[in-house]
Amino acid sequence: MKTTGQVVGIISNIVVVKADGPVGQNEICSVYLGDIRMMAEVIKVIGENAYVQVYDSTRGLKVGDRVEFEGHMLEATLGPGILSQNYDGLQNDLAKLEGLFIKRGSHTDPLDYEKQWEFKPLAAPGEKVSAGAWLGQVQEKWIEHKIMVPFAMTGRYTVKSVAPAGNYRIKDTIAVITDAEGKDHEITMVQKWPVKQPIRAFVEKPRPSRIMETGVRAIDTFNPIAVGGTGFIPGPFGAGKTVLQHAISKQADADVIIFVACGERANEVVEIFTEFPKLDDPRTGHKLMERTTIICNTSNMPVAAREASVYTGMTIGEYYRAMGLKVLILADSTSRWAQALREMSNRLEELPGQDAFPMDLSAIISNFYARAGMVLLPNGKYGSVTFIGTVSPAGGNLKEPVTESTKKAARCFYALSQGRADSKRYPAIDPLESYSKYLEYSEIKAYLDKRIEPEWVSLVMQGKTLVQQGKEAYEQINILGDDGVPTEYHERFWKSELIDFVILQQDAFDKIDANCPIVRQQYMYKLVLDVCRKEFDFAGFEECTSFFKGLINLFKQMNYSEWDSDKFRDYRSQIDQMVAAKTKEA
Amino acid sequence: METKAFQKIYTKIDNITKATVSLRARGVGNDELATVGGKLAQVVKTDGDRVTLQVFAGTEGIATNSEVIFHGTPPMLKVSDDLAGRFLNAYGEPMEGGAQLEGEAREIGGPTVNPFKRIQPSELIATGIAGIDLNNTIVSGQKIPFFADPDQPYNQVMAMVALRAKADKIILGGMGLTNDDFLFFKQVFENAGALDRIVSFVNTTDNPPVERLLVPDMALTAAEYFAADKGEKVLVLLTDMTLYADALAIVSNRMDQIPSKDSMPGSLYSDLARIYEKAVQLPNGGSITIIAVTTLSGGDITHAVPDNTGYITEGQLFLRNDSDTGKVIVDPFRSLSRLKQLVIGKKTREDHPQVMNAAVRLYADAANAKTKLENGFDLSDYDERALAFAHDYSEHLLSIDVNIDITRMLDRAWSLFAKYFSKSEVAIKDELVEKYWPKEA
Repeated sequence: MKTTGQVVGIISNIVVVKADGPVGQNEICSVYLGDIRMMAEVIKVIGENAYVQVYDSTRGLKVGDRVEFEGHMLEATLGPGILSQNYDGLQNDLAKLEGLFIKRGSHTDPLDYEKQWEFKPLAAPGEKVSAGAWLGQVQEKWIEHKIMVPFAMTGRYTVKSVAPAGNYRIKDTIAVITDAEGKDHEITMVQKWPVKQPIRAFVEKPRPSRIMETGVRAIDTFNPIAVGGTGFIPGPFGAGKTVLQHAISKQADADVIIFVACGERANEVVEIFTEFPKLDDPRTGHKLMERTTIICNTSNMPVAAREASVYTGMTIGEYYRAMGLKVLILADSTSRWAQALREMSNRLEELPGQDAFPMDLSAIISNFYARAGMVLLPNGKYGSVTFIGTVSPAGGNLKEPVTESTKKAARCFYALSQGRADSKRYPAIDPLESYSKYLEYSEIKAYLDKRIEPEWVSLVMQGKTLVQQGKEAYEQINILGDDGVPTEYHERFWKSELIDFVILQQDAFDKIDANCPIVRQQYMYKLVLDVCRKEFDFAGFEECTSFFKGLINLFKQMNYSEWDSDKFRDYRSQIDQMVAAKTKEA
Repeated sequence: METKAFQKIYTKIDNITKATVSLRARGVGNDELATVGGKLAQVVKTDGDRVTLQVFAGTEGIATNSEVIFHGTPPMLKVSDDLAGRFLNAYGEPMEGGAQLEGEAREIGGPTVNPFKRIQPSELIATGIAGIDLNNTIVSGQKIPFFADPDQPYNQVMAMVALRAKADKIILGGMGLTNDDFLFFKQVFENAGALDRIVSFVNTTDNPPVERLLVPDMALTAAEYFAADKGEKVLVLLTDMTLYADALAIVSNRMDQIPSKDSMPGSLYSDLARIYEKAVQLPNGGSITIIAVTTLSGGDITHAVPDNTGYITEGQLFLRNDSDTGKVIVDPFRSLSRLKQLVIGKKTREDHPQVMNAAVRLYADAANAKTKLENGFDLSDYDERALAFAHDYSEHLLSIDVNIDITRMLDRAWSLFAKYFSKSEVAIKDELVEKYWPKEA
């Protein structure tokens, strides 16, 4: 029998419930306000009182109102039909909700229980299987959605029967498997999993060994992220975090994209709702929306569900990873999630850590990032979850607790700088502050040697050094004045500007420039490096300045032109002439 | 706040602090309103039969035997067309003794619009100010604040924007407005003959600060009525949100909550987002656009209030006194409208995005040249031209007293480019240069 209880106290969305039976930490319960059933999660138990956080407004709730405990933690429902859905943080299907406004206590099914799926068996009777093993598959959009032994089933099983190919609904039995004691278990296409626990149906998590191409030069060329890697993008407001994340979600070479809009603006999600169904995925030719699932808990939706939303997104990602797919999860922004933790901790009157955040913030963030990664599945295939979160540091100060904690957990750091944003140098990824630890991985180096060209990473390092030298030269020029330094200082500065304008900056709103394939990145980067290696003959700094301005203009036109078109080649030859005319005789 | 029959009256308050009272009562809902000794109060905490109420006007003069009457509902606003032309206080009651409002009573601070039912904003709101229309175009359904120092004419600019924008209704939410500023708004709206499309909810500095907390919810409940029920385009003006946040801090402090950055409550982000996120473009054509004011102290945008606001709103507008021209301009560097990409070059002429960027870049070159000049270095010929350009750009485009349409702004920008720079210095796509570069000269 279910444990029930009564409301005995209310402070904002924390409700104290006197329970009449056993209650588990993080157990889900339903709080009834008349007919309205609101979900809540147990976050603390003291004696017979359970403190629950309600995923809704508690307005009008009274002492004595009824509560029912559900006996399980917050779960995600996993099965075919998740792709291209729009869920809230608790996996309610937003499209199915009635009315313009979200009524309190609205619940909708995340999956369609009536839809027929064309099923193909993959396993045969007699096969030994365990959690995560592939029993069959259905075609979901353009991916082969594997039907697996539910992750919650521990131990070894033997397949007794698998349904023949045909059309089934997700609740139909598609296989029967027998456990060691000889007991039969019927398997359907849908399973549940508690979101706060990682899915561990894999053999091992090897080190990442290839990069995820995003079409963003400042990332792919300068600080690439690995498939199965982790990265984060901190930046003050207005620095372009969201534009950058949207660009990555459009262009990244992933099979499945999960976009978690966590406590951010609703209009940004609307942009995805509106644009993704129209945009083509450059690799498959399908619509972008077909590979995208949105988990949307915008800033005005209940705060408690904000925390749940990132876990729901991660769980869905891990589910698709177990099918051997490349999953990319983007969360915007993890700071809002941390703030939700802070609000809760504050209401529970816990002793606060730095900036009133809970003491265990750092541990919570590390545990979460650790769920990403590439995994080796029991059947020898690989799947991956790549995670990129944005962080919104208070006051743009990177020394605040969320940024610091995330820095310890994530391997790529894309610092967006206010200065670059102010001078409209987008994406505002600071070339010197940012880093990718993956450039140090021997596996990644070897991969890039093959994928792009031998010794690619050392070319990248040369570029970084040039940018660094340019910055130093710029400081000297600023201190001593244009005339006070040798022309070589200007040359050095302008070479770094060339890298900045041509490689680091990219117009996310230009059809052609927005997405730069790796081969084009290589071509442009090498062209720029060639110019940087040359020594020029200038009469003075003014000539140097106008030469490079002209050169940058030509390079930019090249970035705007169709790859390898006549115009592209024409700009190229203009550049060659311009450079040759001013190069110092050897 | 008339009492209804059969309401239970409590007369035994056992705890009084500056802002709250508590007593023993049963059957009381969370967030419910009550009258305590004639003053309005709201339930903020229930612990068994012990109820804590926050008294909006402060607890001065309340005695342990004051009458407490629970209303059985959260704060409400009566909505109907009767709202138009009204000046109301923070409780939604007519100021200066006007007739009571008619209409359906709605809970304020109601539920959220389902994000899936929202429409992508795509309608440009023209203001005639180039600092906004050209550089930081505002779109219906957007939320954007002015970040201003207290001495800047933000209320005047906001009133100007409100009247030029073609909105069906303008709703003013005034928080801690000085009486002079309140009278200014009233007069400007009256002079424009626009009173019938204006609703005002005003808490002046004469009123208790905690009452301000109701103003944005009141204003937005009215806005939702006109936008969702009537399909109208509503412009909501909220001034000043910093004073609203100060009221939040007062309350949280009196409730013994642990403050986070700058003594603001840890929930500041959510509290502000709840308000700003009411900005919406609805499928029925109705929309709510929010233009707010956040006053800064000493121009510090890292303070918790502007900082959190910046993360919530879709951009921000900075006013600046330009010392070269003596005009008030909308700062092209720090201002940003995030939704401009949805309309520029689409609802406006194709060259808009590139012209905008080129002008701001050249203006930035001028700023660098100025720094050089101040540091006593010689200026190059380019620097001189950039400075001259910046002066004209500021005077003929950015200044808030310029009132022209966007096409004329673009033409004016091209003629300034041609006057001071070569084509390669402007660095705009060749196709556009061929089409729009002024032929004569």
